[in-house]
Amino acid sequence: MSDLLTQVTEASRNMLPLGKWVNAGVRHLLDHGAKVFDSVGVVVESFAKSIEHGLLAIPFWLVILVATVVGIRRLGWGFGTFVALALILIVVTGFWPQTIVTLALTLSATIISLVFGIPLGIWCARNNHVNACVRPVLDFMQTMPAFVYLIPAAMLFGLGRVPGTIATVIFAMPPVVRLTSLGIRQVSSEQVEAGNAFGCTSTQLLFKVQLPIAMPTIMAGVNQTIMMALSMVIIASMVGAGGLGNDVLASIQRLDVGLGFESGLAVVLLAIILDRLTESFGVARKARET
Amino acid sequence: MSNPKISVKNLYKIFGNNISEAQKLLDAGHSKDEVFAKTGHVVGVNKVSFDVMPGEIYVLMGLSGSGKSTLIRLINRLVEPSSGSINIDGMDVATLPQPELVKWRRKRVAMVFQSFALMPHRNVLDNAAFGLEMAGTPRKAREDRAMEVLSQVGLQTYAAKYPSQLSGGMQQRVGLARALAVDPDILLMDEAFSALDPLKRVEMQGLMLELQREQQRTVLFVSHDLEEALRIGTRIAIMEGGNLVQEGTAHQIITQPANAYVRKFFEGVDTSRYLTAADLLDPGLNGHSYNGGPRLPWSTTLPEAMKIVLGMNQPVGVFDAADQCLGCISARSLLVKMSQEARHV
Repeated sequence: MSDLLTQVTEASRNMLPLGKWVNAGVRHLLDHGAKVFDSVGVVVESFAKSIEHGLLAIPFWLVILVATVVGIRRLGWGFGTFVALALILIVVTGFWPQTIVTLALTLSATIISLVFGIPLGIWCARNNHVNACVRPVLDFMQTMPAFVYLIPAAMLFGLGRVPGTIATVIFAMPPVVRLTSLGIRQVSSEQVEAGNAFGCTSTQLLFKVQLPIAMPTIMAGVNQTIMMALSMVIIASMVGAGGLGNDVLASIQRLDVGLGFESGLAVVLLAIILDRLTESFGVARKARET
Repeated sequence: MSNPKISVKNLYKIFGNNISEAQKLLDAGHSKDEVFAKTGHVVGVNKVSFDVMPGEIYVLMGLSGSGKSTLIRLINRLVEPSSGSINIDGMDVATLPQPELVKWRRKRVAMVFQSFALMPHRNVLDNAAFGLEMAGTPRKAREDRAMEVLSQVGLQTYAAKYPSQLSGGMQQRVGLARALAVDPDILLMDEAFSALDPLKRVEMQGLMLELQREQQRTVLFVSHDLEEALRIGTRIAIMEGGNLVQEGTAHQIITQPANAYVRKFFEGVDTSRYLTAADLLDPGLNGHSYNGGPRLPWSTTLPEAMKIVLGMNQPVGVFDAADQCLGCISARSLLVKMSQEARHV
């Protein structure tokens, strides 16, 4: 009986060599699409690099000051104090430059995700066929283990910021697409009718009615995308993206619990600050509107 | 008599892919339900024709599913007609190309919605100015106009508030202001006051009538509330299953209901106050019975007639506009008529 089972599993092992096909596909892309990937790489590299250099050029005390003031204005004194203390903690533990690099990677990946994700979400909301095609792709992008993107990304774009940013974009884009589409679909039919009844063109309907009413939901998507991007840029240090991920990786390799805690804490603090601040923009609108 | 402002002819709305087949069945006399059973097509509006005169408040009445909301949306093409014509100001709106339609909607027609349909991200002023903004009116001009209409509906002090900060009644005043701001000839009101509590509803109906006295617009008003229809309607059209079953003044519909469906609307409604002296004549007395006692014009309402007739012990004469005696009312005929009407209550 067990022999039979072994035989069956042995025989079926290579019946569908899906992995081989994927390998062949990536190799085909490497051989024939090198030019395309190179030019995409140059664009992404210069974009991510300019954001990183821009942020690194600002003195740390100014970043802390601005972040604290924004924190106080959006969420009050308590959160402002937290922002100031958290950022000072990052400075005194010596993780400031890495944190800024991580922030820059997160920002560039988020911006690219939004530039593609929001229009895609709008298209999904307006066209059921597009929606039917895009949804499974989004499921795939979101649930495929994040590490898996890094391998082809590194093969196609080399090591460094570019594969890290691109893998992050793939992983972080789904929430903003989904929530943009959801937000627009949730605009009540009478509000859309009101827009049409008062003579909106389809462009006016989108920009004056649908997008503004969907904005709180879209902001929730932006917040999710930022959080997913932050978690992914840490993992992306495996392909040389840099930032706090390097320290996390080093702590694992050296079994250095202390280093792991310090760098991990910096990630957590950065995550809390980004989450609360971006969330406050969506919530404030919602509170006013409902 | 002037020409009608809106003239609807043989208007159909059938939801589905094979409209001509469903239309054939309808024309062969099949009902909405039979057409649905045979073809799976939903009939919204079945061969409806009617005219609305300038300055009239024309009320479309019917139960839910009778097609009244579809019909009002056909007028400004929020729903595309399957066939038929909608003649307004000498053009057929039903076949107007899209760019002209947008222009027409911006200038000539405005709509008020049951759930208000305000824009939550805009304050009251910007909501009222919405139609003007879409039409490209400069900021200063549209805000001045919006303030003007907000003061007409009594909301000038709320201009900077957001819709969520207002009560339902106030939100619908904003909805009305948004419609008035574009200074439309035609106002489409879809169950505009149905979501409001009874006191607010009566208040809004009063506001509506007051505005209508100052600035004559042609109003198409959808309602399922007979009392509302009687209070504000110049004429009332009753719809059932996509068909227009009766059309007439409040008085005509109450005194000569076309069928049991129409009669059903009166149940629980005190219709006696819509009766006039002409409805109260004593069948036992004709014009010759009038012996020079007190006289009433034919349009005297029941409460007014009651005051006079019950104080008399002789018949009271009723006279038409040409001063012809139509007959007499006696205290007895008055009580008989009132007890008949009371059946409805």
